[in-house]
Amino acid sequence: MAELITYREAVTRAIAQEMRRDGSVVFLGEDIAAAGGVFKTTKGLLEEFGPTRVRDTPISEEAIIGAAMGAAMTGMRPIAEIMFSDFFATCWDLIAVEIAKARYMTAGQVTVPLVIRTANGGGLRFGAQHSQAVENWAMMIPGLKVVAPSTAADLIGLFAASVRDEDPVVFLEQKSLYPVKSEVPDGELVDELGTAKVVRPGDDITIVALAAMVPRALEAAEQLQQDRGISAEVIDVRSLVPLDTRTILDSVSRTTRLATVEENPRLCGWGAEIVSIVGEECFWDLDGPLTRITTPHVPLPSSDSLEDLTLPSVERIVESVAKALG
Amino acid sequence: MTTTEVPTDIDRDTRLALYRQVVGLRRFEERAHRLFMEGLVKGTSHLSTGMEAIAAGVAEAMRPDDLTFCTYRGHAHTLARGTPMDGVMAELLGRANGVCGGKGGSMHLTSVEHGVMGSYAIIGAHLPIANGAAWSAQLRGSGQVTVCFFGDGATNIGAFHEALNLAAVWKLPIVFVCENNLYMEYTPIGEVTAVEHPAADRAGAYGLEPIIVDGNDPDAVYLEASAAIERARAGEGPTLIEAKTYRHGGHSRADPGDYRPEEEVDAWLARDPLPMYRERLLELGIDAEELDAIEQERQDAVDAATEAAKAGPLPDPESAFTDVWADGGSSWRN
Repeated sequence: MAELITYREAVTRAIAQEMRRDGSVVFLGEDIAAAGGVFKTTKGLLEEFGPTRVRDTPISEEAIIGAAMGAAMTGMRPIAEIMFSDFFATCWDLIAVEIAKARYMTAGQVTVPLVIRTANGGGLRFGAQHSQAVENWAMMIPGLKVVAPSTAADLIGLFAASVRDEDPVVFLEQKSLYPVKSEVPDGELVDELGTAKVVRPGDDITIVALAAMVPRALEAAEQLQQDRGISAEVIDVRSLVPLDTRTILDSVSRTTRLATVEENPRLCGWGAEIVSIVGEECFWDLDGPLTRITTPHVPLPSSDSLEDLTLPSVERIVESVAKALG
Repeated sequence: MTTTEVPTDIDRDTRLALYRQVVGLRRFEERAHRLFMEGLVKGTSHLSTGMEAIAAGVAEAMRPDDLTFCTYRGHAHTLARGTPMDGVMAELLGRANGVCGGKGGSMHLTSVEHGVMGSYAIIGAHLPIANGAAWSAQLRGSGQVTVCFFGDGATNIGAFHEALNLAAVWKLPIVFVCENNLYMEYTPIGEVTAVEHPAADRAGAYGLEPIIVDGNDPDAVYLEASAAIERARAGEGPTLIEAKTYRHGGHSRADPGDYRPEEEVDAWLARDPLPMYRERLLELGIDAEELDAIEQERQDAVDAATEAAKAGPLPDPESAFTDVWADGGSSWRN
């Protein structure tokens, strides 16, 4: 059996699944308990698990992440919410300099099993300070795992895997996906980090996408097939760290072409790393230029007409892929 | 602040233990400085010379399963919990037999088995983390108390204020100990702080009592810490202690600290916790021979630790690539 649920409902279900299973899982953040979350992703958790395990905090991101880290070091498995991923900047020391390095600096004496979940990315007209796609910030720090699901089922399964992982995981929920429904099987879902998924098979080019860019890539692939007879394979990366390069390299070896679709701004976006790996390890299989489709290197504007110009659109993906194929 | 009368409610064994701590920490820091000047301790080092009474007094008040969070000036606090000198000295020298296998160094001393949950080198960062350990103890009902040491400079960074507020609101079993040595690195703390007592004058903002203790008096620190730890263990929430003290040396490395007025240095050197405490113990009727024996034993321990550290092997080159992840490795792709 399966049912259609929203990406938003999947968040609640994922947290509840893990809190029911393991009493050491605790959840903290701003407005997550009594208010049910500003995106209504955590409704009902306070009622089910009580105020000891589901805890509202002050607007103190360093205090939130620090509390999660210290608790994780001493036997708990905290889930910390940072309301918008833009606010990572206010607690980046804790995430990048403390959490990510604790295990290494102590030669393995300290382990930090926690999940930092956050609403990431654009599409909701929130402007430059509440719309950033920061997956590349997290990806470039040794010691952080980085996960970004595109569907409700993937969200639940990857979230469960993140909570059960012994390492710190930055879990990015693309906020424009919250109202989107997709099919979720019944029962407990547990997925595996570091596994990309071929979500549409094809022969002529591999399109690698993440989070909200996956449905756009799929729609673009459909148009490319219908209008131009181009068969595009679409891969949902799902997890930037660990990175499933095997699935990507196998696909590109077969299709001989690659395009990445990234929501993060151009410079040092995650696609650059994938393009570099493919360029080094798959060079002799290639028949065309490696193409990156990204948000341009600008802050995001607020106006819907301008935001739609900056985020990679289905049309831009179609045109860029067609151009890459000559 | 100044404790002129001698506290009477501390037993002889505790006083001898405090003396042993202060002597050991002093000898260790003197040796660390010498090894730095000889080029054997690389990078940087921040010494607690002159400030040993605080680490000693607090550690003696802690239970073995209590937790300590230190700063980059953390040799003394790490050792005071019982971490062997050999492992700490070897870590300063970057050797494989160091407590962190040479991957932490002077600023990141950690010994989880002794309750030393790490030394953190970004000012103020570890106050929120220490809260987390205290929160965990509260959730697990373990009865553990967390002690978090930091300097006066940390009181002007945001994390200090976020952490104090959360600790108070959540009534966490934690004791914050501000070692006010009057200088934030090279600048007098008074020149950059709106209040006279950088920690104690802020306590009221978080519903806490302003507590100032003579940080050069092991007895006074021990009593104040014991009371705070008892409150925390009883579920009465956090305490913020400001311990006034003075660095005998500079901020770090070879800094001679010559930005400090001579008369100020002289006044504080006259209040050196080591000879002051020895004098007190003699006045209390403890034999000089017994104190001499403690000094000799601690000097021998430092000498042995120095030899063990110098004889220690360099880290296995492979260890540069271990322990990024909990699986022990550093792989980020398949």
